Amino acid sequence: MDVSQYLEIFIDEAKEHLENLNTQIMNLEQDGENMDTINEIFRAAHSLKGMSGTMGFKRMQTLTHDMEDVFSKVRDGNIAVDTDMVDILFQCLDALEAYVANITETADEGDNDNAHLIKALGEILEKGAASEGGPSEKGEGGSDAAGGNEEAVSSGEGKHKWKQIKIGKVEQSAIEDAVKEGLNAFGISIFVQESCLLKAARAFLVFRAMEELGEVILSVPSVQDIEDERFDRDFSVIFLTDQPLEKVLDAVKNVSEIEDAVGDKVTFNEAGEEDGQGAEAGAAAKDSDAASKDKGTGAAGNTAGKNAQAGKGAGGKTEGKKAMGKPVVNRTVRVDIEKLDSLMNLVSELIISKNSLVSVAETEIGASSLAFNEQIEYLESVTTSLHESVMKVRMVPIESVVTKFPRMIRDLSKKLDKKMELYMTGEDTELDRTVVDEIGDPLMHLLRNSADHGLESAEIRAKRGKPEVGSIFLDAYQDGNNVVIEVRDDGNGIDVEAVKRKAVEKGKITQEQADAMSEKEAIDLLFQPSFSTAKQVSDISGRGVGLDVVKSKIESLSGEVEVRTKLGEGSTFTIRLPLTLAIIQTLMVIVGGEKYAISLGSIQTIENIPVSEVKTVQGKEVIYLRGNVIPLVRLTKELDVESLNAPDADLLVLIVKKGDRYAGIVVDELIGQMEIVIKNMGKFIGKSRLISGATILGNGEVALILDANALI
Amino acid sequence: MANEGLIKTLAEEQNDRIQFVKIRLGAEWYGISIGIVENIVRMQRITRVPGAESYIKGVINLRGKVVPVMSLRLKMDMEEGEILRSTRIIILRIDGDEVGMIVDEVREVVTLTAEDIEEVYRDSKTVNSGFVFGIGKIGNDLISLLDMYEVLGVKNA
Repeated sequence: MDVSQYLEIFIDEAKEHLENLNTQIMNLEQDGENMDTINEIFRAAHSLKGMSGTMGFKRMQTLTHDMEDVFSKVRDGNIAVDTDMVDILFQCLDALEAYVANITETADEGDNDNAHLIKALGEILEKGAASEGGPSEKGEGGSDAAGGNEEAVSSGEGKHKWKQIKIGKVEQSAIEDAVKEGLNAFGISIFVQESCLLKAARAFLVFRAMEELGEVILSVPSVQDIEDERFDRDFSVIFLTDQPLEKVLDAVKNVSEIEDAVGDKVTFNEAGEEDGQGAEAGAAAKDSDAASKDKGTGAAGNTAGKNAQAGKGAGGKTEGKKAMGKPVVNRTVRVDIEKLDSLMNLVSELIISKNSLVSVAETEIGASSLAFNEQIEYLESVTTSLHESVMKVRMVPIESVVTKFPRMIRDLSKKLDKKMELYMTGEDTELDRTVVDEIGDPLMHLLRNSADHGLESAEIRAKRGKPEVGSIFLDAYQDGNNVVIEVRDDGNGIDVEAVKRKAVEKGKITQEQADAMSEKEAIDLLFQPSFSTAKQVSDISGRGVGLDVVKSKIESLSGEVEVRTKLGEGSTFTIRLPLTLAIIQTLMVIVGGEKYAISLGSIQTIENIPVSEVKTVQGKEVIYLRGNVIPLVRLTKELDVESLNAPDADLLVLIVKKGDRYAGIVVDELIGQMEIVIKNMGKFIGKSRLISGATILGNGEVALILDANALI
Repeated sequence: MANEGLIKTLAEEQNDRIQFVKIRLGAEWYGISIGIVENIVRMQRITRVPGAESYIKGVINLRGKVVPVMSLRLKMDMEEGEILRSTRIIILRIDGDEVGMIVDEVREVVTLTAEDIEEVYRDSKTVNSGFVFGIGKIGNDLISLLDMYEVLGVKNA
């Protein structure tokens, strides 16, 4: 079979599964008995095995197969999760990642058998086999399940997944009424073949076949989700019919590509009655209640057996699976980023042409025709929304990048022999796809930096009265037109004096310069090429490539990095990135007769300041505004033009903010707000500190975009 | 030097007939290989770019694209010329990017064969001579053939 055309999909999906496995195995280490996690891991490993098998990657398949075996034992409660096992699992993931990397490059998995990992997995299995016996037998009881308990059903129970359906009061009374009328109430689980492509269509046929025989009163996932193909390989229904079970099952199995269908009569027992869809915790608590009650009364013999097994760890969590374990599969289309780029370009063109219509309207016919103006305004709002939608399409959560970090910190923690914990917030913060793709390495670098240089050794932490476990934080959030990502640690902070000493040693600065340096300037030294303050070069960081790479990467994305630090308390690296790359809202201004655009996002307020209010402090012009002393930046001077305003005229000042610093930018005239398309100026123009790009105005004129941040 | 190679490549690319756009700077005529010429436009409003090199006159809007424009005179260490009716911006595509060059006049496209081209010894020490890779002979007229990659400081790939 020629599978090459699926290679890309395979690689994408394999990466997703590996990412998922990484996260879940992290969770597993935290909570080795969480059935959701274990099931999720099992599912991902299973898919990975199937996929690699189909593609003919035998080594990958073997490794995932053995991993799956281990997970299956864990799921059945035969092996307890411990650190050694997690270590080996992580190594397996690394090996799988290596396979995938190989496949990405050469379309071949390579010839590393990873025999040591397979052996290690085998050892884990043997260990599990030794402790097998008692627990595994307990599982047997559940299979015939005449008195199925609707809520406390172990997920290890096999195919009768319908037993996990939560039956609400309404449905329950409907079932009871139906039974009184002589109908049968069956719970049925239907399994679609793994190879089935149109699962939703098959499910629809199943529903149709069933509805000829009776009535489906409840289905999990919901009918809507099934129609949208938001289910894995199986779905379960509660079904009322006057037909015998066999006939129903036969009808279902007759639908092609249905692998299997199992079912049984729905019955209720005392303990199983429930009062609805309480919170997970509540439900879980009730769960064990139900279990103990069952055991006590012996109301349903084998239910007790099941619950005993469930009690081994699965019990309390089964409800949780229903509440949150259902994989939320978004309906997505994979689109080549180039197609989006071209769409974006078209939107840009549209906006430019809209802008020229606006400028025509302002000059010629506009004033006389109200209707024309209305239409222009309408066009304006449509293009703006269109732009926003296209931008949103390009936005992806940074999650895909940051999910690998907890694992990385865990590894670093072992390697460095320091205890540390990573706390992340805002993983759902969205950024342009191209930015997200690039941001991983710089963030990784900063995290490593925090782990290696930032956090102190346990002894020093104890001495300083800090908790033994160091904390590293990664917080992402949106701030106006920017996305901010902060990497923070509660470690040692940056020793400014040490940085200066080092710089002098390296001959980067002279002692005099060092003495005169402000703290901020000294910290900026860190961002210079090949500057590392680590006293010894370690494997983790300090290999000569350092923060300068981070800085240049972030700057190439039109972002910036800032550092705040306090010796002994920790440091914070703040990365600020523009939300959008192509189209921005700006304020058009005139300086010395030339038009410039300034991003609206950075402008706080616009003030009229009489010349008399401009003070001079240390040779620099400042204004005193609402309790703040704000330095003035004269654009005429920065841009090397003569102001066309009278020298004694009031100053038009744009107050801009960057982080917690303000500046007042003096311009000659305001034109107004305008949505502009950022155009690249090409490489022959050279890099300019102040100019971040150009744009084409409605009348065809080119205006330059000023980077207000560079002025502060 | 790689002049012979360059001429050969140009010759091969264009069936032994190498075409040049003939331009004037001051009193002298120059040739720019037609392969890199995208377009020739009239002088138009140029938006100044503060902080750029002096030979960069600014940027123009070329059918929706922002293209930097340089003075070829300044780039070649000549005096800045007046803008006349004959002044043109010749748009080149080099290394994937467009750039405009202000020239005093664009006359015609001339076709040369390899025999018409006399190699010039390029001395990397004197800047300007490095820009000219050959002298083209058209009857009695001579034109200096410009290596625009060299002019723009881009490696000819």
